[in-house]
Amino acid sequence: MKLLALALTLAATLSFSAHAVEYHQVQADQSAITFTYQQMGVSMDGKFGDFTAQLSFDPANPAAAKATLDVALASIDTGSIEGNEEVAGKPWFNSATFPTARFVAHTVKALDDRRYEVAGRLTIKGQTQEVIIPATFTPQGNAGVFDGRFTLRRADFAIGEGPWAAFDVVANEIQIQFRIVARSGE
Amino acid sequence: MIHHYTPTAKALHWLMALLLIGLLALGFYMQDLPLSPQKLQLYSWHKWAGVTVFLLVLFRLAWRVTHRPPALPDHMPKALQFAAHAGHALLYLLMIVIPLSGWLMSSAKGFQTVWFGVLPIPDWVDKNKELGDLLQITHEILNLLFAAVIAGHVGAALKHHFIDRDDILTRILPARFTEKKS
Repeated sequence: MKLLALALTLAATLSFSAHAVEYHQVQADQSAITFTYQQMGVSMDGKFGDFTAQLSFDPANPAAAKATLDVALASIDTGSIEGNEEVAGKPWFNSATFPTARFVAHTVKALDDRRYEVAGRLTIKGQTQEVIIPATFTPQGNAGVFDGRFTLRRADFAIGEGPWAAFDVVANEIQIQFRIVARSGE
Repeated sequence: MIHHYTPTAKALHWLMALLLIGLLALGFYMQDLPLSPQKLQLYSWHKWAGVTVFLLVLFRLAWRVTHRPPALPDHMPKALQFAAHAGHALLYLLMIVIPLSGWLMSSAKGFQTVWFGVLPIPDWVDKNKELGDLLQITHEILNLLFAAVIAGHVGAALKHHFIDRDDILTRILPARFTEKKS
């Protein structure tokens, strides 16, 4: 009886893993991580140019999904060279010591047939926070398109310390949007 | 024959004199500061004040067109009268063009102008580094010219007062200064 249960479990696991698709070839030209923030009441845009993703996702079994996303913080574009140099410094990302921001998903919950709620741990500048990111998944041939947006509070990660810690010049809330197009297979 | 500017014209003249000299000083001071929250604040205040001055100069021009200023004294040679009018025209032109160049520069550099952090002013140009750099040089040269013309304006007013001993300076001063003379 025990053996049968084990065999069934194993079979189920195998069949799920057979459906799960690994998306790990990020299509850089179609993918983007951008952000929006308020500076002195002015809406500003920026983006990250360099990131990698390991995604394992089966729409039929979202609970088994895995996702790891690494963003090279040095690839930031805040909109000005002066700004890019500033945010690499210790008060902001301290990119020399903490070059990468990492998101590791641990729970994916389906909201409907294309909307999901991705819970995971976001690590920036040595600080790890639990975040929940609403995202959509759209299959596109042998690629998957993952879209989402969430609000990051920079103070949670000590991004912008010392004279920048007050929110009157640079707001605490940073809106992050991402579109990751990743291919499966070899 | 009128001898004085209207109180409104006087108020506008001195209010804008304060604002413009403050804006010039702030503009030249802030551009070399290292990036800091204070620098971003100063830039925003400069832009807000610049928009304010632009609106004030529009009002001032409308007032100028509808309220004839006192004539220049008869003793002035025609060439100097022409120079005085040209100088004033140039001051007005710069008061219009300089805020416009600053606003366009800001847009080209990717920073929208939001008046007092509340009222967004549309961008007329898209972000463009070359255009931004060009407009920055334009804004700077126009302001150097503006500072020179203001120096000439002040110098001419003092020359009228102390050398020609006419009423050119006093007629723009608040009424209590002019009453003593007349």
